[in-house]
Amino acid sequence: MVDRSLGRKIFSGLNGLLFILFSLSCVIPMIHVLAISLSSSASVTAGEVTLFPVNFSLKSYEYILQNSEFWTAMGISLERVLLGVAISMLLTTLAAYPLSKSKAAFKHQPVFAWYLVMTMLFSGGLIPSFMIVKYTHLLDSIWALVIPSAISVFNVLLLSNFFRNVPKEIEESAFMDGAGHFKTLFSLYLPLSLPIVATLIVFSAVGHWNSWFDGLIYMNSQDKYPLQSYLQTILLESNTKVMTKEYAALLSKVSDRTIKAAQVFIASIPILLVYPFMQKYFISGMMIGAVKE
Amino acid sequence: MNWFKIPRKQVALYLMMLLPVLVVFIYSYLPMFGVVMAFQRFEPSQGFFDSKWIGLDNFKRLMHIPDVKQVVMNTLFIASMKIVIETVAAIVVAILLNEIVSKVFKRTVQTIIYFPYFLSWVILGGIIRDMLSREGLINLMLTKLGFDPIIFLSKASWFPYLLVGTETWQITGFGTIVFLAAITTIDPTQYEAATIDGANRFKQIWHITLPGMKSTIVLMVTLSLGYILNAGFEQVLMLYSPLVYKTGDVIDTWVYRMGLQQAQYSLASAIGLFRSVVSLILITASYYIARKVSDHRIF
Repeated sequence: MVDRSLGRKIFSGLNGLLFILFSLSCVIPMIHVLAISLSSSASVTAGEVTLFPVNFSLKSYEYILQNSEFWTAMGISLERVLLGVAISMLLTTLAAYPLSKSKAAFKHQPVFAWYLVMTMLFSGGLIPSFMIVKYTHLLDSIWALVIPSAISVFNVLLLSNFFRNVPKEIEESAFMDGAGHFKTLFSLYLPLSLPIVATLIVFSAVGHWNSWFDGLIYMNSQDKYPLQSYLQTILLESNTKVMTKEYAALLSKVSDRTIKAAQVFIASIPILLVYPFMQKYFISGMMIGAVKE
Repeated sequence: MNWFKIPRKQVALYLMMLLPVLVVFIYSYLPMFGVVMAFQRFEPSQGFFDSKWIGLDNFKRLMHIPDVKQVVMNTLFIASMKIVIETVAAIVVAILLNEIVSKVFKRTVQTIIYFPYFLSWVILGGIIRDMLSREGLINLMLTKLGFDPIIFLSKASWFPYLLVGTETWQITGFGTIVFLAAITTIDPTQYEAATIDGANRFKQIWHITLPGMKSTIVLMVTLSLGYILNAGFEQVLMLYSPLVYKTGDVIDTWVYRMGLQQAQYSLASAIGLFRSVVSLILITASYYIARKVSDHRIF
């Protein structure tokens, strides 16, 4: 039933054009940043750089390579992603399994469900949350970045909805064989829920990589910042301040703008790398959240 | 029938809940109790129990700070504009995506336009600040076309629209997923019947596609109501400057500056409490309506 009228053709053409423009608007900024980071500072200042590097130069990247602050922050970010995903997945799974049970199988299921859902409705806000993190002595430690945010109630509900659809017979046969709840969860439910678990892992990893505000407020010194928090302070500074002798020579060839561009690009590389892999999952992940059966 | 009695066979389930319940208690519930600091002259060294109680003084002080009214108005303006424009954009783009015939082209476009959603506001902010700066790409093109350069991020009157524009650009692609899912549930025979009746594509979109998406649209709009005091904290923090406080300062950024940078803990948590209470009412109402209208349940 393909419509081949003239009006239809004009519409298709315009529609295609619109999406080409939309796509370009998403791609060009990234390419532009990359081009700036790979150009000499003189060409950037002269306004010659648009989509391709002018007077190709790796000096900005060389500068960053020597910048230990950047790599410390990168290390903290990686540590945070690993630790954060592990803790958050463990707690999410532990909460999702009991919540997937009926009231008959888990007497206080509604109580626990409401206990968690309440936190989606009301929050103490920034200042009281900060004070609690302070009073529990997490300030300045990596735990401040992974524990307070460990449980996303939304993810718990998502996973528990998924667990609910695991056939009862499987669970019953596990119990027959003498397996307890813990064994049933980790050796049966989790492997059966691999698609949704993978989705949650990937989203949680990206979330941890991208977070920066918690690092900004919970860490008192810049050398404890994860990469995105570090980058945030660098980007908002008007000029890069590190000016030791070793960098002085380099700094004549690079500029504030090329260095910032290179850092922005490096920080987005992990996302660019996992993105193709994510695509497989995020549509299924979104669907589960959006369309309830 | 003792309510507190735990059935022997279920003990393991309670053990599983132990750690999650504890973490949620400490980092979600204790801050809820911590809002008492809005009624105190809070001193971190004295804590929630020993700080001096001053009743509603913080709220009275807030009323006399002219910034506060401005900040609330800015938040409402920016957030409501975002809700309307982003929802409409996602619906329109979803419908238009659905009209693309070529599978390869459609998939490529989707891959590209979903992407900005996954970049943090630090990265997006870095890119946007660079592109909109005096020497940035946009001004480069403007000057080539013979215009004077514009310092976009310093123009207070433009700032709210820049926020709405850039966020719409960022999330519209990803936002279409929900609506595309709604479109796929529409029975294709409806379109065939309409084609036989001579309805053109626009009429089909108007009379079949849109009504078919109705429940999803209602649901998404309802759920977004809870965000009316959420103007996009991280985005604003990355893009604003004192030059645009007049139009761009929002509740969250004000709380951050006042509370954590100037250590006015009680004053900041008072307006934070106001925001939390309004959100509580709106989110509860929106969940309730969503449940009534489209049988959507959060659990």
